Amino acid sequence: MTAAELIAFAAFEGGVYAQAFPAFGVERRGAPVQAFVRFSDEKIRLRSQIYEPDYIIVQDPTLIGDVDVFMGMKEGGIAIVNTEKPDFDSRVPEGARVYTIDATTIALEELGVPITNTTLMGAFAAATGEIKLEPLEHALRSRFSGSMADKNVKAAGRAYNQIGGAV
Amino acid sequence: MLEFMEGSHAVAEIVKRCRPQVIAAYPITPQTHIVEDLAQMVANCEIDAEYITVESEFSALSACLGASAAGSRVYSATTSQGLALMFEVCFNAAGMRQPIVMTIANRSLGAPLSIWNDQQDSISLRDSGWLQFYAEDNQEAADLHMIAYKVCEDHDVLLPAFVCFDGFILTHTYEPVTLPTQEEVDAYLPAFTPYQRLDAANPLSLGMYATPEYYMEFRYEVDRAMERAKQAFIKAGREFGEQFGRDYSALVEGYRLEDADTALVAMGSICGTAKDAIDEMREHGRKVGLLKIRTYRPFPAQEIANALKGVSTVAVLDKNISLGNGGAVGIEVKSALYGSGAAVYDYIIALGGRDVRKKDIAAVVDLAEKGKGDMFYGLRTEVL
Repeated sequence: MTAAELIAFAAFEGGVYAQAFPAFGVERRGAPVQAFVRFSDEKIRLRSQIYEPDYIIVQDPTLIGDVDVFMGMKEGGIAIVNTEKPDFDSRVPEGARVYTIDATTIALEELGVPITNTTLMGAFAAATGEIKLEPLEHALRSRFSGSMADKNVKAAGRAYNQIGGAV
Repeated sequence: MLEFMEGSHAVAEIVKRCRPQVIAAYPITPQTHIVEDLAQMVANCEIDAEYITVESEFSALSACLGASAAGSRVYSATTSQGLALMFEVCFNAAGMRQPIVMTIANRSLGAPLSIWNDQQDSISLRDSGWLQFYAEDNQEAADLHMIAYKVCEDHDVLLPAFVCFDGFILTHTYEPVTLPTQEEVDAYLPAFTPYQRLDAANPLSLGMYATPEYYMEFRYEVDRAMERAKQAFIKAGREFGEQFGRDYSALVEGYRLEDADTALVAMGSICGTAKDAIDEMREHGRKVGLLKIRTYRPFPAQEIANALKGVSTVAVLDKNISLGNGGAVGIEVKSALYGSGAAVYDYIIALGGRDVRKKDIAAVVDLAEKGKGDMFYGLRTEVL
């Protein structure tokens, strides 16, 4: 949920309407969870969950296989997958693009903890172009303070540059 | 200025600016964030309020009732089983005419246990004498708290109010909202002037014993106050519009109803999804509109009849069920439209957090136009 909230916040900072919400259910660390984000130039009134996403971020690669994480993905959609194995068994629908990034390692190196929200946010920004680096950094500095802000900005920046090189 | 925040946080921020003097609440998801935020604000001396931690919802509302009777502006929040536990105190608060404002983060009631959204909790307190306002989005949820205090504390009303917003669907959603500053809220909402209050120097009793010679007159007075609350709401909503540019003067609000043959009727966040669905149906030449009910109590029967003049088919979306007789809103809309000639159908929908999509709204419209209704929508018959 934190990643969804931060992405939506950064998009909002970039000048569009945004909405972020979790798939309400078991909210305990480690349980599979989903969260949703919408962006729009107009006020967002729709409240349903998202069934046909333009973009998908997979934070935990161990879910692939157990859950059809790419269900409903549109042609031309973009998936960002946190994995150390770029040749993973993706089962990505045809016509969708996949970017892989080892966000866990980046997070461990930059933050000291395997929390990948901000790293994947950087990857998302680069892969989709939906958020620019400046509002992204602003969102992170609003959410975190002091050295934690610097570390998260650096982690996001590393992912941004890595994916940016691949786009 | 638009700010991006969680619905619960927006409500906590606006409640803070309404300057409650006593807050008592028992945390229960999904309203937990609201009272957690307020507890922190009190601890940080951001509000000059007494925060009473209690052992149950019954005690939470009892503490609010006592504090209100002593002349304080008070606040609480609850949901679901928590509201059910307040049942007795709710009737007392209304009967004693205490202008308590309480947020309801709408949620289903057990059994079976469900933490998810519908509107069964507040609807089940329909007859308690509390005003009930329903918000479509987090902006409206925040704004309605200011209006609620103004309406409740109006000496022509003096009744408590629920400000209802859908649990999780709104409480846990981050979206842009505009929050008025403290100065702006102060300009809109003056300090609470109690009509009467407990005072050792001038003793008075509240909630007295009423024999058969008096009881009905007390109930009549509460009912009259409910009726006067309509005008008080319209006035408070208009003043809000004049000051903040968001007009809440209507008890019901139409969307693309002007030339509609079929009208949906709904309350709360489902109205947003319905509006998007209506736009799509309109693109296909379907003459569909929506009537949003903002004040469920007092029930705006006349306003509903006026707004739906000329509509031939009405589909009411009920996120609740009065078991044994269909949806509570549907029953009352049918009564309001009695003799109008419109065919009114009721649909029990989205109980216990079942997601509602645009295509579901369109499917309900299809059913209504085919004359099929007064039913549960979207039942999974394979598990029955």
